[in-house]
Amino acid sequence: MAKRATFDIRQQTGFTTVAMICFFLLYLPIVTLVAYAFNDNDSVAIWKGFSLRWFYSAWNNTQVIDASIRSFQIAIAAALIATVAATMAALATTRTKPYKGLTFKYAFINQPLMVPEIVTAVALLVFFSRIKIWTGYSGLGYLIAAHTAFCIPFAYLPIRARLENMDLSLETAAADLYATGWKTFRYVTLPLLWPGILAGLMLAFVVSLDDVVITEFVKSGGQDTLPTYMLGQLRRIVTPEINAISTVFLLLSVAIVTIFFIISRKRT
Amino acid sequence: MPDKPDRNAIEVIGVSKIFGTGEARVAALDNVSVPIRENEFFTLLGPSGCGKTTLLRLIAGFDFPTDGQILLYGNDIAPLPPFKRPVNTVFQNYALFPHMTVAENIGFGLQMLGKPKAEIEARVSQMLKLVKMEALAKRRTSQISGGQQQRVALARALAPQPKVLLLDEPLSALDYKLRKEMQIELKRLQNETGITFIFVTHDQEEALTMSDRIAVMSAGKILQVGTPWDIYDKPAERFVADFIGETNFLTAKIDNVANGKAKATLKSGKTIPATVAEGFTPKGEATIVVRPEHAKAVKGPGELSGTVENIVYFGTDTHILVRLDDGDLFTVRQQNSRSASCGFEEGERIGVSISDDAAQVLKD
Ligand SMILES: Nc1ncnc2c1ncn2[C@@H]1O[C@H](COP(=O)(O)OP(=O)(O)OP(=O)(O)O)[C@@H](O)[C@H]1O
Ligand SMILES: [Mg+2]
Repeated sequence: MAKRATFDIRQQTGFTTVAMICFFLLYLPIVTLVAYAFNDNDSVAIWKGFSLRWFYSAWNNTQVIDASIRSFQIAIAAALIATVAATMAALATTRTKPYKGLTFKYAFINQPLMVPEIVTAVALLVFFSRIKIWTGYSGLGYLIAAHTAFCIPFAYLPIRARLENMDLSLETAAADLYATGWKTFRYVTLPLLWPGILAGLMLAFVVSLDDVVITEFVKSGGQDTLPTYMLGQLRRIVTPEINAISTVFLLLSVAIVTIFFIISRKRT
Repeated sequence: MPDKPDRNAIEVIGVSKIFGTGEARVAALDNVSVPIRENEFFTLLGPSGCGKTTLLRLIAGFDFPTDGQILLYGNDIAPLPPFKRPVNTVFQNYALFPHMTVAENIGFGLQMLGKPKAEIEARVSQMLKLVKMEALAKRRTSQISGGQQQRVALARALAPQPKVLLLDEPLSALDYKLRKEMQIELKRLQNETGITFIFVTHDQEEALTMSDRIAVMSAGKILQVGTPWDIYDKPAERFVADFIGETNFLTAKIDNVANGKAKATLKSGKTIPATVAEGFTPKGEATIVVRPEHAKAVKGPGELSGTVENIVYFGTDTHILVRLDDGDLFTVRQQNSRSASCGFEEGERIGVSISDDAAQVLKD
């Protein structure tokens, strides 16, 4: 047998055990949650038998359906706007000669990742309540704006990474072959950037769908998203309906991530 | 040598390019002027960092000169963006678009020019044939070999029929054999298309074998422009003589300068005829250059004499290193024959005979 050329972490003693424990700790709660969604009992804790009744119950609960629709509306709008903004920001920060203040700009764009979410939430609550009084508008716009703001850095990071790894001579070659700035972007930069944009969009979408803190503070009455609705439910009687909703939520997330993954794999 | 028409495709006039300021200031090009004729294979030759790529980038429009003019058939193109110049580039790393097929890559320029589909298709298949890549038209560029990528890059740059084709060390990534093949291929393409080629290399052999004319560059300046023959046999400066081929430098007293000819008196006291670098009138002592193959080792007395220090066998020829009586080293190159050795031994005292037309007086 040939000599082992590189260090292989899997050869380390105990590696498999540690890995198994980690996976176990990560996934056991989720497996339990999904299992108890099928529990034929009013209590989440005591198993009585297999049933789909909590899925029916959730489906017929108009509050759940409303909150779900609202969650998706906000996530789709926020992810789209954030991705467009992030793409422009990534182009502006990579397709330029380095200058003083560029590092500051990175920090500025990534600020929502660093400021504690609760601070942003309180700030937005105060800020938006003023605007609500002045304008009288109290629609979903506030939630979409807030979600867009904290989604931008999540969309920005994969897009910028992709741009930085792209061979600049490709864009030079396009310009040499009579492509104007816009055509170079349209026919060379954008197609090559696409997997990064998809990854950014997906991340932004999932992050928005998942948000509790900022949403809880910014939402007006009757603007519950699925996570804030569930949080509200937990304060009352907890039934396996929560498990059923979570299970569907989980399946949807997995499905979305898989679809994006397949699309971006095909592209490259 | 075919006669080239006297029209200039490109005229570089007094071009300078300065990068950075203060301490970091670099004059990548320092007041460079050179005309490049229509249909010629013109080579920029020089060591790393001498400004070859910079000059090419200025002609392509990827960068703009700090000073000076670049004329394309008489029109100043220096301020135009690259996509408005009928000039195409073959990049050193090929820069093929990875998300397109071979055919799509080749058609890209024409597509950007807004040519009708039928015309693009016809031209692409013509180009595929020219570079012998018909069979791989539908392949992704990541699924073909380095030599094939090179051909696609050439076809892509030639497809829009540019007035001038710029090639920045296009063969440097290829192995020796493929490189020789592509050198012949490039010459063929240039003959068939009749497009002016500006070719960058730091390989002197490549420059000598391929070019109609060569510009030798050093530290942002063009030192000499001429045919390969001019550059090799009539170098103007020490740098040019040294950079191209193997050389012996000798110091001599020069007199009787007339009509580009002179008499050179060597340190040994013997006098040999010499040619003089263009536009130069030497006075007193000067450096002369003698190529190793223009001198012979002889048993009797020659123009120079010394002791054989080393004999190196090269297959086709043998190099005899002679320590001259004044202490300098002189290399003689001699053709080999199958039956006999070179006829000399290390430590032997010999004469060096210099051919009548061997010596050239340098500017410095
Ligand atoms: N963008 C730039 N900024 C600063 N200096 C530069 C820049 N581009 C080139 N230079 C400098 O200009 C000089 C000429 O560079 P250039 O790339 O033209 O050399 P070259 O002859 O092509 O060399 P090589 O054979 O290594 O490719 C070098 O000293 C280089 O460091
Ligand atoms: Mg270069």
